[in-house]
Amino acid sequence: MPVLKWIRYGAWAGVVLFAFVGAAILLGWWQVDGPGRSPAGRAAVQGVPAIGGPFTLVDHTGRTVTDADYRGKPMAVFFGFTHCPEVCPTTLVQMANLTGKIGAAADRLQILLITVDPERDTPEQLALYLQSFDPRVIGLTGSREQVDAALAAYKAYAKKIPTESGYTMDHSASVYLMQADGSFRTMIDYHEEEASALEKVRMVLR
Amino acid sequence: MKRFAIGAAGVALSLAAYAATPVRAHDYAVGPLKIDHPWARATPPSAKVGGGYLAIENTGPEPDRLVGGSTEAAARVEIHESSLADGIMRMREKTDGVVVPPGQTVEFKPSGLHLMLIDLRAPLKQGDKVKATLVFERAGAVAVELQVQGVGAPQPAATGHVGH
Repeated sequence: MPVLKWIRYGAWAGVVLFAFVGAAILLGWWQVDGPGRSPAGRAAVQGVPAIGGPFTLVDHTGRTVTDADYRGKPMAVFFGFTHCPEVCPTTLVQMANLTGKIGAAADRLQILLITVDPERDTPEQLALYLQSFDPRVIGLTGSREQVDAALAAYKAYAKKIPTESGYTMDHSASVYLMQADGSFRTMIDYHEEEASALEKVRMVLR
Repeated sequence: MKRFAIGAAGVALSLAAYAATPVRAHDYAVGPLKIDHPWARATPPSAKVGGGYLAIENTGPEPDRLVGGSTEAAARVEIHESSLADGIMRMREKTDGVVVPPGQTVEFKPSGLHLMLIDLRAPLKQGDKVKATLVFERAGAVAVELQVQGVGAPQPAATGHVGH
């Protein structure tokens, strides 16, 4: 009798184990390949890098914003800082040239400059800086953590480099073109030929 | 005599016209060094730094070295070099200055070597002329004027209408 009892327990244990393994496999499939997979996972399957994503930052008017505030508009996102003598003004001028050439259709494009130097780039500092450029450009800053999270989402690079008189920042110099649904489309390299940059901006506006 | 006077007036007039041309190539010399068209980019309000550019030609037989400079427009001038690699722009101070080998020209231009004007006293405005002094190891100091081009101007003078 005790023998039969142990066999019965063993069988039930087997059923439980089998059910657990089956459930785990089903759950795994659901999340990786099935309907439950994340947008990032889908992007990876389709060969589009998972670049971009949620951020919470403070715009140059002092308002807290998230990526969702710009949903519905294609975005041109780049990283810079106002103590930057070269790339940042050059990129801002180039974006203004591109949108100027495209004309009214480019009004939908939201240009975002995310500072990599939030310690010095307060909303007020960004607001003053942006006076020299296309008024549609929005400058974004935030806490160091918020900026680092945005950098990580965009797989962008920034590093503080000490100098004799303070510090400067190394940073990614490309422009990220994002579609209206917030997904990544392509990038414009610094020094990219204007014709190809124009075509890319047109592509993301279509 | 009359003819001479007309000729002199013509020369004076053309000189005046030349002097009045708002953006023209200008150059300086110190010892065997020729400094061609120093210029800077206009800066947005609130910008604390600006970039200065020029070309230095060494016509002498000895190397020289740009070791530093100063300007009335900023608290300090450093020599920096930008470089773009893997989509990342890096900027480094050239603490040992920049050597100009004999018979060669070293160009300071956007995305490369530049004078870094640090802690600007006021924004640089297009059309301004900024007094600056460059200091060379052998040739000594030379006073120059940086002509201020548009914000984000890609190169000296020339295309001019980039920016606002």
